[in-house]
Amino acid sequence: MFDNLDFDVIRRSLPYLFFDGMTFTLMLTALAALGGLVFGTLIALMRLSSYKLLGRIAGLYVDFMRSLPLVLVIFWFYFLVPYIGQWLTGAPRPIRVGAFTSTLVTFIMFEAAYFSEIMRAGIQSISKGQPQAASALGLTYSQSMRYIVLPQAFRNMLPVLLTQTIVLFQDTSLVYVLSIPDFLGAASKVAQRDGRLVEMYLFAAAVYFAISCLASYGVRRLQARIAIVR
Amino acid sequence: MNYNWNWGIFFEPAPSGTGSYLDMLLSGLALTIKTALLAWIIALIFGTVIGILRSLPSKTASWIGFGYVEFFRNMPLLVQLFLWFFVLPELLPRAAGIWMKQLPNAPFWTAAIGVGLFMSARVAVQLAAGIGSLPRGQQQAATALGLTTAQGYRYVLLPMAFRIIMPPLTSEFLNTIKNTSVAITIGLIELTGQARAMQEFSFQVFEAFTAATVMYLLINIVVVTGMRFLERGLAIPGYISGK
Repeated sequence: MFDNLDFDVIRRSLPYLFFDGMTFTLMLTALAALGGLVFGTLIALMRLSSYKLLGRIAGLYVDFMRSLPLVLVIFWFYFLVPYIGQWLTGAPRPIRVGAFTSTLVTFIMFEAAYFSEIMRAGIQSISKGQPQAASALGLTYSQSMRYIVLPQAFRNMLPVLLTQTIVLFQDTSLVYVLSIPDFLGAASKVAQRDGRLVEMYLFAAAVYFAISCLASYGVRRLQARIAIVR
Repeated sequence: MNYNWNWGIFFEPAPSGTGSYLDMLLSGLALTIKTALLAWIIALIFGTVIGILRSLPSKTASWIGFGYVEFFRNMPLLVQLFLWFFVLPELLPRAAGIWMKQLPNAPFWTAAIGVGLFMSARVAVQLAAGIGSLPRGQQQAATALGLTTAQGYRYVLLPMAFRIIMPPLTSEFLNTIKNTSVAITIGLIELTGQARAMQEFSFQVFEAFTAATVMYLLINIVVVTGMRFLERGLAIPGYISGK
């Protein structure tokens, strides 16, 4: 069964897989998670604001993004980002955008919808007395959000946010559809060049599995440690 | 924006020779629905078995359930599809491998099974949570009435648990539909794939993707509305969602 397999191809391509591929994947994951968290929090605040229109817009955005498959969204932004860039900079023609920027914009916009739902749940989990006490102390809305509500919401939701980041880490593999060499893309390039699909895909699967397992184990440990005893 | 909009493109004949571009997209839509339904059936069957295993008191059973769920949850769906499509036929005995590679519609079967098993891990977690949310008295009453463990699950626990987890199951079904688009990577030309093909043939990027987007939104609306009726019909009296 394994007799005509050559696992040495993995060792030979390790530097390419990790220095190029995994760096891309991890950078994309980290930046998209950060950006998604920032935009997601803003969207959550919009949804919970007392201006009904703002809430309606944010709700539509979230529902819209959540009903589309990520692959389609990746294609959308891949073609749309050059035009957005042209519109923003006032250039005469669609600007050229690198693969990394394009996918980063995609994942930030897509994940913002998911992170916003988590942050909304987090903000709603804070008891009403907290913002009331804040405003009794004379804090403005933004101060009360910044110093009282959001830090607690973030802390309560940290395990869920990290779990979503693990999902994001796995989802970044879908940039494969744009032939971008992320970790899986790099593995696939080597696989096709050397005709070693079995070895490379098994190795890629093992690496994703190990990282995700370790990360979710870490999240479980963290959850047990930071859980607030009520 | 200097982009040439041409919304009439949908009624122009597609180079595939089987009709207009709209027909192309509609056949993609049909394939998406077919794949998703088959995947969902697989997910429900395997998810139920594993969900029950996870909820049993036996250590071995819950270990198997735990291992299964971790296996399918900790790898990207794309990688799993590659494993089923490219790796599995090579690792099987030669004859079986060749049979698999020569299957007509191999991408369809791979996608349905791959997405189905991927989603089954999620269904299992939901179901185990649903069973866990039932009061202990339910199972005890079943035992007191003389039902075996299997009968207790069949007649008491599962009917209750499934009705409780209807809302999360709805979103898992929607995820199944969305996830079939990943199969574009193994050559399944479903809705996203057809939109991509249309873009390549006609250069009308935004029309093609807008049409696909609208179709996905429609599927979503239909499923959500349908499930809402189903949920109302199946709601358990006495629970918050019930009458």
